[in-house]
Amino acid sequence: MMLFKLSLKNIQKSIKDYAIYFFTLILGVAVFYVFNAIESQTVLLNVTSNTKNIIKLMTNILSGVSVFVSFVLGFLIIYASRFLVKRRNKEFGVYLTLGMGKRKVSMILFFETILIGIISLAVGLLLGTVLSQFMSLLVANMFEADMTNYAFTFSKSAMFKTFLYFGIMYVLVMIFNTRLVSKCKLIDLLHSGKKSEKVRMKNPVLCTLVFAVSCGILGYAYWQVTGGVYRLSSEKDIFIPIILGVIGTFLVFWSLSGLMLRIIMSIKGLYYKKLNSFTLRQISSKINTMVFSMTVICLMLFFTICILSSALSIKNFMNDNLRELAPADIQFEYAIDPEQENHTVEELLKRKSLNVDEVFKEKISFDTYMFDDITFQTTLGSAYDEAQNNYSFLEYTAREEFMKLSDYNRLAELYGMPEYVLEEDEYIVIADFDSSVEMRNSALKNGETIRIGDVEYRPKFKKCKKGILQLSGNHVNAGYFVIPDNAKTDGHNARNYLVANYNAGNEEEKIKIEAGISELMENTWNNDRISYNTMLDIKESSIGLGAMVTFIGLYLGIIFLISGAAILALKELSESTDNRERYCVLRKIGTDEKVINRALFKQIGIFFMVPLILAGIHSVFGIKFCNSILETFGKDEMLKSVGMTSVFLIAIYGGYFLITYFCSKEIIKERK
Amino acid sequence: MSIVNETEVVDYIYFFGRRHIVEQILKIERIEKYYGNKSSLTKAIDNISFEVDKGEYVAIMGASGSGKTTLLNCISTIDRVTSGHIYVSGEDITKLKGNALNKFRREELGFIFQDFNLLETLTAYENIALALSIQNVKAKEIDSRIRDVAEKLEITEVLKKYPYQMSGGQKQRVASARAIITKPKMIMADEPTGALDSKAAKMLLERFSYLNQALEATILMVTHDAFTASYSSRVIFIKDGKIFNEIYRGGDSRKVYFNKIIDVVTVLGGDLNDAL
Repeated sequence: MMLFKLSLKNIQKSIKDYAIYFFTLILGVAVFYVFNAIESQTVLLNVTSNTKNIIKLMTNILSGVSVFVSFVLGFLIIYASRFLVKRRNKEFGVYLTLGMGKRKVSMILFFETILIGIISLAVGLLLGTVLSQFMSLLVANMFEADMTNYAFTFSKSAMFKTFLYFGIMYVLVMIFNTRLVSKCKLIDLLHSGKKSEKVRMKNPVLCTLVFAVSCGILGYAYWQVTGGVYRLSSEKDIFIPIILGVIGTFLVFWSLSGLMLRIIMSIKGLYYKKLNSFTLRQISSKINTMVFSMTVICLMLFFTICILSSALSIKNFMNDNLRELAPADIQFEYAIDPEQENHTVEELLKRKSLNVDEVFKEKISFDTYMFDDITFQTTLGSAYDEAQNNYSFLEYTAREEFMKLSDYNRLAELYGMPEYVLEEDEYIVIADFDSSVEMRNSALKNGETIRIGDVEYRPKFKKCKKGILQLSGNHVNAGYFVIPDNAKTDGHNARNYLVANYNAGNEEEKIKIEAGISELMENTWNNDRISYNTMLDIKESSIGLGAMVTFIGLYLGIIFLISGAAILALKELSESTDNRERYCVLRKIGTDEKVINRALFKQIGIFFMVPLILAGIHSVFGIKFCNSILETFGKDEMLKSVGMTSVFLIAIYGGYFLITYFCSKEIIKERK
Repeated sequence: MSIVNETEVVDYIYFFGRRHIVEQILKIERIEKYYGNKSSLTKAIDNISFEVDKGEYVAIMGASGSGKTTLLNCISTIDRVTSGHIYVSGEDITKLKGNALNKFRREELGFIFQDFNLLETLTAYENIALALSIQNVKAKEIDSRIRDVAEKLEITEVLKKYPYQMSGGQKQRVASARAIITKPKMIMADEPTGALDSKAAKMLLERFSYLNQALEATILMVTHDAFTASYSSRVIFIKDGKIFNEIYRGGDSRKVYFNKIIDVVTVLGGDLNDAL
């Protein structure tokens, strides 16, 4: 019990050392709980079974991500506790000289870990419960569920999971601490903190050179992902700017402190003003000694910013996209088999006693055509070899689909696509799937012709026209051909389509109509020749996808943010002992407390800002790149999501900054 | 009109005259410093009074635990007295608080410590400059003053070096430069030779004598080393928080003075003998 009391006293005494540790643990526990509690919150939501399935998938993925997160947090906690143990080396040295065994010292640490664990779990869960109420608002908003039956939720399963995962982490911390204590030598413990530091100034010319080179490297990487993005031909190419970015970041930090110091030193009036010389030296020596950590932290922040701002805007993007990709309520497709009896979709529906005229407001029906001798390969013509090289996995023997111009124009009117006029011997390709558009464009540019019957058709445009045939959640239309009405297509009918809008005034009526149709299709009709897509289905799944990406992005982004900020804070505090003596000297020569605090604020502020600023610059280009590959968000969306990201950044990163500042202030106040 | 002028003249003469006789820079009046609580009270300083005039070079000697460092800390406002008054140029510094204390320390005092207390992240030049820059002295003036003081303390060639590149004696002279560059009323030195070898110590003490004689710097030095003390113009011996004895150098040679100090130390006994 003696030891337990000692532990309790120790924690009380060194609460300011533990502040960062506590803050990190509490945040970690809270975030962990919040994201694992989503499952129980969604149970209450009034959503369709389809959405329920998506939510289930999402919570499964989230719990998978939780394992990864627990590794990150575990590493962070062990790192932080090592820092705390090291800071107390002298205290342990005293225990050992008094004849306390290493086992007993380990026991003290053991009790401390347990105490801290219990307190942080309790506070973290409390915070998590509060935050998860806000989260449920977000969840409902994401899945567009109504919040009328909102209730306070507490997830027991998430709580147990948090206990389990963090329990394991604390056990690991205990093991590591015990090892740390048993390995150390008494002489080192007593003499810790008495080391003289060598100040190594880097060669200023070299620094300037390296800085210029790193700016060049970064500039090139930036250009590659923005202006030169079209040059990236395969997935592998994206690693080039990433690797360049990492190298560039490292070199910036390597050279920055020397360069900054040189520049400011040359401005004598600034350098020899108040404590500027001292502050600057502090910062530069710190940046110098942790180039690697700075790089890691900067990159983590960069990922955080990109993940958060992309994740937060993806849902809205998906909604916008939907108007383009699913412009009608329902679209049926029926495969025509010349060997069997064939009907139109409308006939089939009518036969199943669906009152087509009553249920559908606008409807169009048409056939498409395929020819055995016109395949993807033949339409590509001379562009085939290159296509084969780049995308060897595609099925080039697939038959192409043709559509008559008048049918197309009717469809275009319904879908809101542009309508066209064709000469007797012209064709147009409609597609929106990027890679196939690219291949087809080169074929169109070559003016590849297609022979149907005895007419040779040539392309009207040198490029594919954007458009769709089937409703879908993504741009996946690999392309179909529009040909004049008088083309010889008899006997080549391949599919019959029915595209329609429901005869409904609002969303609820639509859902009702659709429920009727899907029941008809699933239960009373066993026909694999007919399939259909509906806007509501697509919407639900894309909302689900958007929500999934958002939540996972939020989860990872926040954890990365916590990790980066915590490491930075610990690094800053770990040198507090050295700093304390330095500030003591400043005080002895008569520096005002206010001036000292301001210098400390500047020092920590710059230390926190440097990686953030570089990460911010990276992010400008990173987000632009995300933009260009996702072809997503407009400017408004962007501002909104960047704004939200800033809120998270300021709350978490700023929180760490303030705690670090106040802790450091306390530490340098201590008397020896 | 004429009356006013007359009094001014009289004041001036009086002031001027006094200045030549004694300009008192430090006056300590019955100070006490207690540590601990009611049940176990330690009197680190027990009713000490003395005065220091401008241009004096005073050494305070005593065994460890005698209260000499506490005394210095109280005078330099690093520590507070329990009772009594300390006047510096007539101003009662025991009444000062907060930033006024820092201002006093910054502008009136110069410190030299046993372990130098140089900032190891800064060069010698920057360490010295810091004492001026916290007084908002302009960079140009800082430079000329540093060159000047560096010459006097013979450290011009180490100005660009970092503390870890310097010898102990050089470090202590840099620290001394930092102490005197602000032109303080008093230089407080706490065991300045404590961490130096005898050669470096001798060189430092010669510099101190130079500062004292050529620049009329007032020096108050705590030491337990009779050799170090023999460079002063007066030695105050402290035992158990009280003044035990006081000897002036007067016209004595350093050797005679040193022997006198040794005599007192012998009477004083204790571990001061060991220190020799």
